[in-house]
Amino acid sequence: MTTYYTKSHEWIRVDGDQATVGITAHASEELGELVFVEAKDEGTEVAAGDAAAVVESVKAASDIYAPVAGTLAGFNDALSDDPTLVGKDPEGEGWIFRMTVANPDDLNGLLTAEQYKSL
Amino acid sequence: MDRAFPMSDSLQRTPLYDLNLELGAKMVPFAGFEMPIQFPAGLMTEHLHTREKAGLFDVSHMGQIRIAAKSGDVKDAAAALETLVPADFVGLAAGRQRYGLLTNEKGGILDDLMVANMGKDLLVVVNAGCKVQDADRIEKALSDRCVVTRQFDRALMALQGPAAEAALAPLCPAVKDMRFMDVIETELAGVPVTVSRSGYTGEDGFEIGCAGADAEKVARAILAQPDVLPIGLGARDSLRLEAGLCLYGNDIDVTTTPVEASLGWAIQKARREGGVREGGYPGADVVLKQTRDGVARKRVGLVADGRAPVRAGAKLFADAEGQKEIGVVTSGAFGPSVKAPVAMGYVTPEYAAVDTPVFAELRGKYVPLHVRAMPFVAPGFKR
Repeated sequence: MTTYYTKSHEWIRVDGDQATVGITAHASEELGELVFVEAKDEGTEVAAGDAAAVVESVKAASDIYAPVAGTLAGFNDALSDDPTLVGKDPEGEGWIFRMTVANPDDLNGLLTAEQYKSL
Repeated sequence: MDRAFPMSDSLQRTPLYDLNLELGAKMVPFAGFEMPIQFPAGLMTEHLHTREKAGLFDVSHMGQIRIAAKSGDVKDAAAALETLVPADFVGLAAGRQRYGLLTNEKGGILDDLMVANMGKDLLVVVNAGCKVQDADRIEKALSDRCVVTRQFDRALMALQGPAAEAALAPLCPAVKDMRFMDVIETELAGVPVTVSRSGYTGEDGFEIGCAGADAEKVARAILAQPDVLPIGLGARDSLRLEAGLCLYGNDIDVTTTPVEASLGWAIQKARREGGVREGGYPGADVVLKQTRDGVARKRVGLVADGRAPVRAGAKLFADAEGQKEIGVVTSGAFGPSVKAPVAMGYVTPEYAAVDTPVFAELRGKYVPLHVRAMPFVAPGFKR
């Protein structure tokens, strides 16, 4: 399993063509405590950079973008009951959605952990 | 320079700017000022802390204006201001404060403001974004009878929450004897201050005005008291929204009248139809007619049935299919104390009754809300 990052502060953990997506600890800290998280329906096809989910703090809503093209494959239902899970464990239990990656080669265009850290 | 990269050369700073940075504030541009949006505790904690204990807000960006009658009689200043604001200031006793609306010829709201009778003159507090135009308008209309003094270099801070009195009393014992909307001139930590028992959160609390040069001393003395945290503009917004209080520029502006904005309570009996000083302010014909005949839209409170926050700008519908548009949301956020998404907005009168179901457009869906009475939280005022 490999984890890639985006400039818009998503992470994507990939195993074959199956991937899990969330927001980075840095993004979570910037947003503050979340009060609502929602992803587009399972089966929705997305292009890289399409809004695939939304996270909301008290103050504002922020889109979460699909890091690469693919098909949405499920939402982290635990966030419906407790959206603060994202803040507690952004790169673990606080994952937001799963997706099937259309073209695994696209992942090469994303950032490595080290590249993301040096942003 | 304090910062390697100033936010913008054109933004103004309050007298508490350095202290805000020292306290770890995240600064944002607001109404031409560089203001703290939140402190390290974060918006959610700051909001709840203010409801449970006490929070100190830097609101020095707001404008303080003094109006003194050339006759020397404060009643003459009050009567003069009544020509611009549909409120009863002549009947406002010395040491008391009242909310009012500055209207234009069409009855539109130019600003909302707090007016205090200081005994010798009036102290008016206006919104940051409107303060220059407000002062210009007041000066132009009143200069034959009054001296209008802009005190825009003065600081203003608000201490809000159930622990506010306990925190302030050791520094300024006189506050214990104040009730809601009282105003006094006194000393706090050795500094001359104006103190009103009022605010913008729905909680008990005080607003403290002082010379800019003294602001940091006052703020540090208050922050040293137990249970006091610095609070940013982010929590100020969610607190005022839960309290059902309007934000000028969002919920009220020149296109809304006092009647449409459900602010008829701010027009006291003496200024209403049949009152001893009926009308006599800009747009009075419009406001009196609307009071008599009704309006095409009313400001209402809204609480979402679900968890998704509905934000300003969301269209409101009568039905879940988005067929019949009935209004728009003007402020919306998750209410940390209500523990649900709360909002206010304008709807046509037939949908304005409490408990009416309505629907808001949200990311292509229509989410259910209900019209609810405001405030959304029980007020904590000391009457």
